[in-house]
Amino acid sequence: MGYFLSYYTYISFGCWVQNMLAAIIMLIFICFCVHFQNTAGQFFSSGHTNNWAVLVCTSRFWFNYRHVANTLSVYRSVKRLGIPDSHIVLMLADDMACNHRNPKPATVFSHRNMELNVYGDDVEVDYRGYEVTVENFLRVLTGRLPPSTPRSKRLLSDDRSNILIYLTGHGGNGFLKFQDSEEISNVELADAFEQMWQKRRYNELLFIIDTCQGASMYERFYSPNIMALASSQVGEDSLSHQPDLAIGVHLMDRYTFYLLEFLEDIHPASKSNMNDLFKVCPKSQCVSTPGHRTDLFLRDPGSVLITDFFGSVRKVEITMEAIHLTDPILQLEDGPMSEEVQEKTYSYVDQLPVSEIIHQKPKQKDWHPPDGFILGLWTLILLVFFKTYGIKHLKHIF
Amino acid sequence: YILYILIYIPIFVFVLLRKLIKEEGENDFQEELVIRPLHSGDIYASFQFRTLWETDFMRENKVSHYRLFPKSLGQVISKFSVRELHISFTQGYWRTMQWGQPFLPSPPGAELWVWFQDSVTDVDAAWKELTNVLSGIFCASLNFIDSTNTVQPSASFKPLGIVNETDHRFLRYATLPREIVCTENLTPWKKLLPCGSKAGLAVLLKSEKLFHSSFFSQTVHIRPVCQDRECKTTSWELRQTLNVVFDLHTSGQGKREWSLFKMFSRTLTEACPLASSSKIYIDVTDNPQEEYFELSPATPLLSQAVVLGDRRTFSVYDLTQQVTFGTVRSLNLLIRWKSTEGDMLRPLLHAERYVAGYGLQTGEIHTVMYNNHPFRSFPVLLLDSVPWYLRLYIHTLTVTSKGKDNTPSYIHYQPSKDRMRPHLLEMLVQLPPHSVTEVTVQFERALLKWTEYTPDPNHGFYVGSSVISALVPSSVAMDTNITQEQPLFSSFFPCKEESSYFVRVYTEPLLVNLPTPDFSMPYNVICLTCTVVAVGYGSLYNLLTRSFQIEEPNPRLAKKIANFIRRIRGVPLLS
Repeated sequence: MGYFLSYYTYISFGCWVQNMLAAIIMLIFICFCVHFQNTAGQFFSSGHTNNWAVLVCTSRFWFNYRHVANTLSVYRSVKRLGIPDSHIVLMLADDMACNHRNPKPATVFSHRNMELNVYGDDVEVDYRGYEVTVENFLRVLTGRLPPSTPRSKRLLSDDRSNILIYLTGHGGNGFLKFQDSEEISNVELADAFEQMWQKRRYNELLFIIDTCQGASMYERFYSPNIMALASSQVGEDSLSHQPDLAIGVHLMDRYTFYLLEFLEDIHPASKSNMNDLFKVCPKSQCVSTPGHRTDLFLRDPGSVLITDFFGSVRKVEITMEAIHLTDPILQLEDGPMSEEVQEKTYSYVDQLPVSEIIHQKPKQKDWHPPDGFILGLWTLILLVFFKTYGIKHLKHIF
Repeated sequence: YILYILIYIPIFVFVLLRKLIKEEGENDFQEELVIRPLHSGDIYASFQFRTLWETDFMRENKVSHYRLFPKSLGQVISKFSVRELHISFTQGYWRTMQWGQPFLPSPPGAELWVWFQDSVTDVDAAWKELTNVLSGIFCASLNFIDSTNTVQPSASFKPLGIVNETDHRFLRYATLPREIVCTENLTPWKKLLPCGSKAGLAVLLKSEKLFHSSFFSQTVHIRPVCQDRECKTTSWELRQTLNVVFDLHTSGQGKREWSLFKMFSRTLTEACPLASSSKIYIDVTDNPQEEYFELSPATPLLSQAVVLGDRRTFSVYDLTQQVTFGTVRSLNLLIRWKSTEGDMLRPLLHAERYVAGYGLQTGEIHTVMYNNHPFRSFPVLLLDSVPWYLRLYIHTLTVTSKGKDNTPSYIHYQPSKDRMRPHLLEMLVQLPPHSVTEVTVQFERALLKWTEYTPDPNHGFYVGSSVISALVPSSVAMDTNITQEQPLFSSFFPCKEESSYFVRVYTEPLLVNLPTPDFSMPYNVICLTCTVVAVGYGSLYNLLTRSFQIEEPNPRLAKKIANFIRRIRGVPLLS
């Protein structure tokens, strides 16, 4: 206090100009603070420009029909709310619709009595069958795919993308089983998300998992801007909903069934937020306790709209500026080749030219230098020969 | 001067426009549907959509304006310098003995064969990239095609289009017998059509009905063809075909009555506006006086075509004429059977394949070919591609006809290399008339590494179908000129001579069990080993190193107190 007083008296006794300067600097600083607060507010309210979805079903075999139905119902909701096929990476580990055990081919039902066909008429599966492996899943997330991978199989997200990741299958405490032959652990998943964060591959990420002991999969996340939901806590099993007697298997899992019911009420302009999503499937409906994790998420879940992740709502900025287009590109005309009359007559080839085939010469194989085994063998033979008969015979051979 | 300018400018504009129009080339789209009732009560429907485009994909400045030809395929052709591309996705197996010969044959699973241009330097790299791009276009796992299932046939699969010379270095062939076909493959196929699935014959393609069938096959064929009879210029042809056989009992509910609505759950209301011709052909050859089945609505148009060595008669419905749709503005063809008599034309060439033997070590592959012609013999070219994990013993290869040995006039065998290349066996065999020819070869099953097994190894491993290409003698003179007026289904395979026609027959794929380890073995081994080590070694160690000491029993309380007092006194203790 005394120090401050002495400083203040120095200021007041010192240059009056300095005092004014200090006040002005303080004022500018306060202005900047307010400005930053405004931009920070804007920054933290959803700043995404595009939406992606990665939907994975990891189980194989006919009795795991419900996992494929789970994934397809989330796919259907996400497509209905606006995310196009080019922004959805759908991975199904087995084919249920055209499986020979399916009494109604080309359909996958989610409700008993075959009410809702979630397979539909316009589905594009990007990874199917044996392609759904842990390696491919991690490569899709981190973007480290071989160069010849087509665009529909890539997750081409940037730092302004909101990504929805949905996993379903059989899992345990800390792992998720892929196709009955391999597993992915929660540490690997957390590291993959950290790689995505470091490479700026997402703006915000919503992770939903519907397996037994699903909450263990999000325990290890440590990257910012991730919100996670799971269908059951550690030590609990996620249960399936209802069997259909005509098809003969359970059609859906409970958590995803009630999630689908919730999403059917959402339309692209709805204002429901994440708190409503956390209330989906309480313990009375899903015998397990769904869990969620929001500590890594910067915004308040109450301010996050469902359509931020499940839909593809774009923000449009209207501008009145005029934009000058470049001159139209004229197509180059063909040379004089198109003018001259073709003298050659073309013809089709004989499909089975018997005489030609019989007299076909065997194709000349390229000469390759002899490989190691042959060289070694000949060296051994020569060595043994010269050792037994002595080196003086060399001049008779060469 | 003004007059000159007034004359020259329109002429200049006209010439420029003509040049531009000639740049694009003609685009032509035709669609047709052939319905053939089969003898067993099933019905066979074959859709063909053909787009012709006069353009040159191989020139330096890229083609940029696409109208009817799909852009995705055009870009594939120009990027990979493809001369011919044939891809098919099939579910089910074509039963030749019950259904006759199909218009376009295809093996179960996925099949891809490509002829590259002569300008390609690295064919294998182009093949690998092409399979990846096609797997993205058709939503299929074609990226599993690699060097372990690709072969380079030396005499089969000659180009079906225009070509200068055939060097088999530029041909690649691969099959994936395990590939599943479902709506996700049909959806991008339908999107390649100019009218999509909104108008024309493609509105009938509903997946719920198409996949509930005995046989479903969708194919794409791209090749250069002659534009006219003189064949001075070529144009690119894209054919998309869809073959489906509906079963009498599963789709027909046991009643021998078929209609468009029953087959496809849709009726036709209009032709595709972009199509120059849109027709439906119903095969009425076995029904000249309407004694076996009745066709309604009746149509006056009849056409005859020579297809698969037989002259067939077809009732034609032209969808570009408004009168076809009648007053109800929709066309629902109805075919009702009156009697079940009638003979079926037996196919002249037919083949089967099976695995013989027992156990999980050795086996034998038998390929059986039937020649049902009463007096003519003809040559067939057999192509077999066997994966490397079935080690073929070619010294046990035998070809027998009617009990006697039948030496092939041409054999090409390329041995396999473990994990790199499959076996390739091509033979030209002369089939004697009215005979059965059997080709047998023994094999041994290899042990795979434990990481090479699929997630469901107990299902078995597939071996692709054999391909039998033959020139079958025809009872009717075939037409050697290919014109544009011919219906599409009879103009696919080019015909060089009148007395025979080309046919390709596919056998069944084989399902072979390989010796499969118990995948829970590592866990069991660790448990057992640890138990043995703990029990065995532990007891042995104890026996060897444990020493025994005599220990006093616990003394009574009185003795304890007495000993305590004695210790204080410093006097020796009681024992």
